Amino acid sequence: MKQKANKVRWSSNDQIFYTVVTVFLTLIALIVLYPIIYVVSCSFSSPDSIMSGKVILWPVDFTLDGYNAVLGYKKVWIGFRNSMFYTVVGTLINMFMTIICAYPVSRKDMPGRNILMMMYSFTMIFGAGMIPNYLLVRDLKMLNTVWAILIPGAIGVYNMIIMRTYFMSSIPGELLEASKMDGCGDTKFLVSVVLPLSKPILAVVSMYYIVAHWNAYFKAFMYLSDENLYPLQIFLKEILVASKLEAAMLDDVLVTSSASTSGLQYIVKYALIVVACLPMMIIFPFVQKHFVKGVMIGAVKG
Amino acid sequence: MPKRNLRKRIWQARELYLLSLLPFIWLIIFKYVPMAGLQIAFRDYSFKAGIWGSEWVGLENFKNFISDRQFTRLLINTLRVSIYSTTIGSLIPVILALTINIMKPGFFKKAVQMVLYVPHFISVVILVGMLMQLINPIIGLYGTIAQALTGTRPGDILSIPSAFPHIYIWSGIWQNAGWSSIIYVAALANSDQQLHEAAQIDGATRLQRVWHIDIPTILPTFIILMIMDVGSIMDVGFEKVFLLQNSANLSYSQVLSTYVYEKSFGSGLPDFSFSTAAGLFNSVINVILITIVNKISKKVSDTSLW
Repeated sequence: MKQKANKVRWSSNDQIFYTVVTVFLTLIALIVLYPIIYVVSCSFSSPDSIMSGKVILWPVDFTLDGYNAVLGYKKVWIGFRNSMFYTVVGTLINMFMTIICAYPVSRKDMPGRNILMMMYSFTMIFGAGMIPNYLLVRDLKMLNTVWAILIPGAIGVYNMIIMRTYFMSSIPGELLEASKMDGCGDTKFLVSVVLPLSKPILAVVSMYYIVAHWNAYFKAFMYLSDENLYPLQIFLKEILVASKLEAAMLDDVLVTSSASTSGLQYIVKYALIVVACLPMMIIFPFVQKHFVKGVMIGAVKG
Repeated sequence: MPKRNLRKRIWQARELYLLSLLPFIWLIIFKYVPMAGLQIAFRDYSFKAGIWGSEWVGLENFKNFISDRQFTRLLINTLRVSIYSTTIGSLIPVILALTINIMKPGFFKKAVQMVLYVPHFISVVILVGMLMQLINPIIGLYGTIAQALTGTRPGDILSIPSAFPHIYIWSGIWQNAGWSSIIYVAALANSDQQLHEAAQIDGATRLQRVWHIDIPTILPTFIILMIMDVGSIMDVGFEKVFLLQNSANLSYSQVLSTYVYEKSFGSGLPDFSFSTAAGLFNSVINVILITIVNKISKKVSDTSLW
């Protein structure tokens, strides 16, 4: 009803304006989408057709050679396994630490919580930097162990703050009063009342952590030197950026493929990009709503 | 009486303190102990003597850094990339949000938003990998297009130093502009609809409403984000620059953070004290800048971080 009334009032000027805006955003969306489609199409195309510029939108001369090479490569599997491990275990540690950190500072009746908050917030503006952090990890004998990946980043201060904001705004004070009367301790209250009421924020924050772990590169790059501990991103860097593609990776595929070694190297990279992105792209439709919610909760805090 | 009261309140909160103990220990060890480690910026760090035992040298590391022949170039490179990305990188999300807000709700609007968010979920390594494939003169999109237009295969643009800032910034826009617009879209969706209705009755066009209602609505958010950006003006993310760097584009791509890395891990003779001094110089300027900008903003617009 209201929409209709608005429509009547639109001047022809406005009509043009809406059209321009829609065309503009459609163009932007296509520009954003196109490189992704191009990469996926190239990963399924023969090297020759890419080099001769025949791949424009859809795969040309369909082949799975790139994928065969990627899936036959042991390091990709090691990387996948390790990244899975860091993501699952890392996120569990993150969630445990973030919850027990955020809940107490969300309670107005805890003396000293403002000082504590200031100590956490300060680390968002000022950090020690690369070298002191490296020396600390070294002195703790964590270099080249999984702990170097899991422990130094155990709490994301930003995530802790949005969780605290949620606790403060969404848990009614009366609940605490009531359970105190029943003689319920704070830990029990947190576990049996607060957490079940906070599922949305727990989902948001754990997804922030999951994506961050899966995509993380820097810590592994700084602190790990044993290939068996490398997450996928390190192998990706070696293959995609440093172009260290071992010839052995291609041997099995070369037997059945018509492409040359150098040509095959190119599509292997395209295929690898697709494979490495796959987990995030599969969960993306399910998690993006939560992420948007997280940004908004963070924005309330300012 | 207040004192006794406080003691009682502390006792009542004992379980809360117990809960915060582990995070607090973590905070001290992993955030504040490294800050104590910053003292090696004022020492001549030696592996044998360690952080606390190395010899004090005062400001010598800082003097060395400022008189380093790379210093001016590093500063210019860092500021170039950072100012470029702060200005473009904060304006484009605003434009996106304003236009998204104008679109009528429905499937198409949702689809556009979804598409704009996707690249945010791609890791830096993959982004750089994709970029290198796409701008590859032989196998990439860039080479294909250039050949179609000019008939010859072009050179490698990643080796052209002056192209580096553009590659760095526009790939960042591609990845994050949509994501950064969310916060403005949210602010616009929560804005006062009565203003819009009143303006419509008065005959304001949609463009006029963007100018007089939408932009003032998101201005406080914009200012806050701007303050935070200025506070990290000397921080050019290490990862992406490092991944995009090659020996040919170093004259534009060597920034402070990558130089710190190179001085301590990239050479046979690591100079941890020098690197720490360079990093500290960087952070201190950031903190000073964020404080100044925050003060100015508080005075001028009543919007501030703290």
